[in-house]
Formats: sequence, structure tokens, C-alpha cells
Amino acid sequence: MGLLDGKTLLVTGVLMESSIAFSVARLAQEQGATVVLSSFGRQLKLTQAIARRLPEPAPVVELDVTSEEDLAALADRVSEHVDHLDGVVHSIGFAPQSVMGGNFLSGEWKDVSTAVEISAFSLKSLAVAAQPLLTRGSSVVGLTFDAQYAWPVYDWMGVAKAAFEATARYLARDLGPEGIRVNLVSAGPLRTTAAKSIPGFEEMEGGWPDRAPLGWDVSDAEPTARTIVALLSDWFPATTAEIVHVDGGVHAMGL
Amino acid sequence: MANSNEEILAGLAEIVNEETGLATDAVQADKSFTDDLDIDSLSMMTIVTLAEEKFEVRIPDEEVKNLTTVGDAVAFIAQAQA
Ligand SMILES: NC(=O)c1ccc[n+]([C@@H]2O[C@H](COP(=O)([O-])OP(=O)(O)OC[C@H]3O[C@@H](n4cnc5c(N)ncnc54)[C@H](O)[C@@H]3O)[C@@H](O)[C@H]2O)c1
Repeated sequence: MGLLDGKTLLVTGVLMESSIAFSVARLAQEQGATVVLSSFGRQLKLTQAIARRLPEPAPVVELDVTSEEDLAALADRVSEHVDHLDGVVHSIGFAPQSVMGGNFLSGEWKDVSTAVEISAFSLKSLAVAAQPLLTRGSSVVGLTFDAQYAWPVYDWMGVAKAAFEATARYLARDLGPEGIRVNLVSAGPLRTTAAKSIPGFEEMEGGWPDRAPLGWDVSDAEPTARTIVALLSDWFPATTAEIVHVDGGVHAMGL
Repeated sequence: MANSNEEILAGLAEIVNEETGLATDAVQADKSFTDDLDIDSLSMMTIVTLAEEKFEVRIPDEEVKNLTTVGDAVAFIAQAQA
């Protein structure tokens, strides 16, 4: 018996095996779910190759969250593979290098707006695009990096994450009456492609394993993925607009 | 299953061609992926992933930055298969 037996999910954000979304897709399949992936543009071929490494090869539909056309076509594209969705995983983030890595004061709006569109607004775009397929009791889960604090080098991506967290609360408000839950997992630092593209990411990792009461492994996305799978399951039936920390406990420590 | 260096080079050339459109005979052992073939990091990740699949080897992330030339990649794959 799996935690997700009989459920169908859309999992965005699988790029490499290191992607948090890859661990989610793998665990979800192991727990009985049918998984459809999404990717976009030049990354599509890589996602398709990585999808062949899942326990069950998964189809990949095209979705660039900044494309009106892809968003409008999403429900039809997903319907070619499954007839409804019980869950959607938002595992998407991007900011131009010019607004991270210590460039907070020089960050320009054009680049900041790209970060906010892809990393925050996209949660709304994705949920609304998938809504025709979402049933009562379904679950939308996204990934944040604790936006209550100013971090080294995270800069405007941190501001985008604050917007992302607020977007999740409003989505939870508006989709709640449809029986759709919206929750976030606030993960500690993990060495993924997105993380490595942040100039000075080591500073963010800095001391995390030592500060975490439970310890923290920057190369293991499985703890984060397990929590996402739990939130996708029927075992958080009355939880929405919540942020669950999967960070070894760092968020609650002073020093 | 082990491949000869010639087979590995030919296989890599096909993968590079598929990802970038570069002619297969442009992919020679002494060519640098970045400087000569103009391959960016996303294409390199794709090429490495497809090469792992084709040659049934693991090319760890930390290793990828040491693969400057096509010949470096051929040598790494040959050794990994041995
Ligand atoms: N790695 C960490 O330390 C960490 C910590 C907390 C939260 N997160 C969050 O986890 C999520 C997944 O990132 P990851 O760390 O697994 O890195 P990753 O690089 O593996 O995944 C990022 C994904 O975003 C996708 N993406 C970027 N622009 C897109 C667009 N326009 N349309 C559709 N998809 C797009 C990419 O295709 C990629 O698959 C992100 O939201 C990230 O902010 C990461």
C-alpha cells in the first residue's frame, strides 16, 4: 500500500537527477502515483532523458510558465496522458545572475520582474492552468527558501520567494472552496542546478549542517521530497496555506 | 559492455550533433567543448546525460568540469567502462 495509490500528479521542475522534483517524482511513483512531468525549451531533451531514469518512465509535457500559449494548452497536454489530477508540484525558480550574488543594490526592475514572474507569479499561473483537471481533495505543493530573512547572496530571489509565499496564501484562500489545498515546503540548501547557479551559494550553505539540530545533508533531496509526498497525500486533509520547514530545524534556532 | 575509443568518439559526435546541430566530423578528440565547439552548460549537461545512457557509465558532476576536450570525455568513458 502506497501513500499515493491511484493518484495522478503533475510534477514540474525535473531538470537533473539532483532536482528536488526528481526525488519527488521517484518517491511519488514508489508510493503508487502516476506522474506526468513538465519542462520547456532547450531543457526539454534533458528532462526527457532524466525521466527515463525514474522507476516508471514518465511523459513530459511542454510548459514554460511565462508562455500564455503553454499555460492555455496545459490542461489539454496533460489530458493526453491522464484524465484528471490529484496534485501539482511547483518546483520552479529562476532569477537572472544580475539580481543575485551580492547585486541587491544594483538590481534592475526588468531582471527583478523576471525573477518574480518565474518564481512567484507562476504558482498562480500553474494552479489556474491546471484547475480544470484538479478534483476535490487535491493538493498543490511548492518549494520555498525561508523568505522571513535576508540571506547572503540570495538577494532579489529572496524577495521573489516572499512574493511566492504570499501567493500561496491567496491561492489557498481562493481554491479552498473548490477543495484544493495549497501548501509550501521550506527546504534547507540543496546542491541543485538552480542553487549552483547562484554566485556564492556556498555562503548560503555555510554552517547549515552544524546549526541544524537534526543535521543537514546538502546533497540529499529525499527528506524534502518525502514531506512533499506527504502533503500530496490524504494525510493533511485540513491543512492549507501552510509552510512546512524541512531544514533540519534551522528556522527555529537563534544562533 | 566496453566500446573502443573510436566507437566512443563516434557515439559522442552523434550526441553532440543531435544536441547542437554541429557536423559529426567537427567533433574531434582535440576540440574543446567550450572554446572550439561553443557548447554552453545546458548543452554540456544534456550531452553528459545522453552519454551516460548510451555508454552505460556514470559521469559524476564534479568530473564534468575536468572534461575540457572531447578526448578527455572519450578517455573518461573508456576508463569508466573498463
Ligand atoms: N536547491 C535549494 O537549495 C532550494 C532550497 C529551497 C527551495 N528551493 C526551490 O526548489 C525549487 C526547485 O529548484 P531545484 O533546487 O530543484 O533546482 P533545479 O535547477 O533542479 O530546478 C529548477 C527548475 O525550474 C525550472 N524553470 C526555470 N524557469 C522556468 C520556466 N520559465 N518555466 C518552467 N520551468 C522553469 C527549470 O526547468 C528547472 O527544472 C525552486 O523553486 C527553488 O527555489 C531550492
